[in-house]
Amino acid sequence: MGNNIVRSAVSSRHMIECRRLTKVYLSGENETHALRGVSLTIDPGEFVAIMGPSGSGKSTLMHILGALDTPTSGEYLFESRDISTLPDDELADIRRTRIGFVFQSFNLLPRATVMRNVVLPLVYAGVSREKREERAAQLLRQAGLEETHWTHLSNQLSGGQIQRVAIARALINDPALILADEPTGNLDSQTGEVIMATFAELNESGHTIVVITHEAIVASRAKRTIRIQDGLVVSDQHNGHTPAAHPAAVSDQNKREKMRA
Amino acid sequence: MKIGDITEEAFTAISTNRVRSGLTILGIVIGIASVIALTAVGQGSQASITAQIESTGANLLTVSPGAQRSSGMVRGAFGGATTLTPDDSNAIAQLDLVAAIAPQVTGRYQVIATSGNSNVQVIGTTSSYQTVRNVGIANGAFFSDEQAGSAAKVAVLGYSTATDLFGDPSEGGTDPVGQTIRIKSTRFTVIGVTTEKGGTGPDNPDRAIYVPITTAQRLLAGQTKYLSTISVQAVNQDSMTELQTEITNLLLTRHGIADSTSADFSVFNQSDLAETATSTARTLTLLLAAIAGISLLVGGIGVMNMMLTTVTERTREIGLRKAIGAKRSDISLQFLMEAVVLTFASGIIGVILGWLISMALTRFAGLESVVTLQWVLLAFGLSALIGIIFGYYPARRAAGLNPIEALRYE
Repeated sequence: MGNNIVRSAVSSRHMIECRRLTKVYLSGENETHALRGVSLTIDPGEFVAIMGPSGSGKSTLMHILGALDTPTSGEYLFESRDISTLPDDELADIRRTRIGFVFQSFNLLPRATVMRNVVLPLVYAGVSREKREERAAQLLRQAGLEETHWTHLSNQLSGGQIQRVAIARALINDPALILADEPTGNLDSQTGEVIMATFAELNESGHTIVVITHEAIVASRAKRTIRIQDGLVVSDQHNGHTPAAHPAAVSDQNKREKMRA
Repeated sequence: MKIGDITEEAFTAISTNRVRSGLTILGIVIGIASVIALTAVGQGSQASITAQIESTGANLLTVSPGAQRSSGMVRGAFGGATTLTPDDSNAIAQLDLVAAIAPQVTGRYQVIATSGNSNVQVIGTTSSYQTVRNVGIANGAFFSDEQAGSAAKVAVLGYSTATDLFGDPSEGGTDPVGQTIRIKSTRFTVIGVTTEKGGTGPDNPDRAIYVPITTAQRLLAGQTKYLSTISVQAVNQDSMTELQTEITNLLLTRHGIADSTSADFSVFNQSDLAETATSTARTLTLLLAAIAGISLLVGGIGVMNMMLTTVTERTREIGLRKAIGAKRSDISLQFLMEAVVLTFASGIIGVILGWLISMALTRFAGLESVVTLQWVLLAFGLSALIGIIFGYYPARRAAGLNPIEALRYE
């Protein structure tokens, strides 16, 4: 730990740098090893898919990457700062200022308006109403959500609309990293494709995006795929630019996923 | 997070669960309203007791013949007790702390007027009685020093006596002033009627007739040696106890009694009565407030119950808020604010309702009630405090939730 500063200087070009991350959950007498030593780096501007079957540890990894949780051991440098041992409220600061989240479900507060949902991170940041609503309006327009929908309660929206609002919210704090956890999990394939296309566009315009998924077709939209199994990275490869480069592999993967389910 | 945003979140949350919020508010409203209404009644009775005691005369000491009794109220009758003399009265009048003095010769007689008759307490006294006992004149005049000294056959009627004998003036009764009444076969000319005092009991000043002391001695009591009572007004409130001691010592000496426990008279201090009565009323007020306080406590538990349910129901919401950057303090403040907004709204409604109830009690049940600012402020403070106390634990629980587990919660 003493050479943190040196290491930080060396790895300053990485947005994310994980070294031998482990996570052990204790439930009674049982120890569950969700992560067994994950090391990886992600650079600014990347579009990464983290893939793995359920129980592989990908959700745990996503929680640590998103500063929602801390590892049992190992180091996690986010923007060259070791945040693996930070207390709750400081992690909250990082989430609020540097990270935008898109979840699979329960993405929005159901009884709040679309506008309120989008501005919420800025509400916690103490930004004035005028400024935050101006920024939200801009993002909602970009997301293609008509102005008449802005005052709707979020439980009146369709699944696709919810994810578009969630993406607008994820962008409102101008984050360094957008983290999406199964963002297409609850959507039909067509709507899911639209959402993934949105992520691709955002990546084109310079945003760093990490998507957690178990669907190969979704992962194939990313430029790089990291596969996790039993708490370890089993492969890390850059994708070709054509999404359907390995149709056989993709359909195989899908079949396996379906059988598990 | 800004206070305006915290309040907005609180109002949104409360208004989404209208029925539940309404019932919780009702619990506190009942508590606050009962604090206000019950203390208003308590304070009202305190005020009316004090007012009634003071209406019998300010800084009043009463010297009565006979031994001290625990009740302190000794009623004399003509010829009944024979220990107080006009000389005693004159001696007391010489004391420096005496502002005014009114010796009395009192008896109960059948009084006959042309239009009715009544059994009335007849008080023979001097003109200073009007000052000492705070007698107001509604009509005519009280008798003068000259009339009191010259055994004039004039009478001043108490308010109720006047209505009993001559009818209610507002309902076509005769004006008593100038009329003649007969007491024990002596004719008296009515020269005045007192204002209403609203007293009760046998010594009710509204049910008396006042005549000059010399007239009472010669024509009614048939003796000039003894007095029934001596009313003494002290120069001020602070000197009442001192004057009481001086009068006691003076009379002990004059009557040749060495041991004060065997005194043949008693000196009664009005402020003692006032003090006892107000302290009783104050105890009553506090008792009523305590009962109301219990219902407020029950309401507070209702708030806590609702907040705990709310926190559980909104576990996922809390998880989402934390995931997008809410700190512990943001979450706990939001839930605390919800509890305080609930109880504070209840406080406002409760104060208004309590005030209406106390007005209704005054109007329809005849209970005196006084809504005092201190109790209103106390009720408001209590309601906000209840929100903080009973909202604190649920808010802490919400703030301590782990965002990941909260998001996974089904």
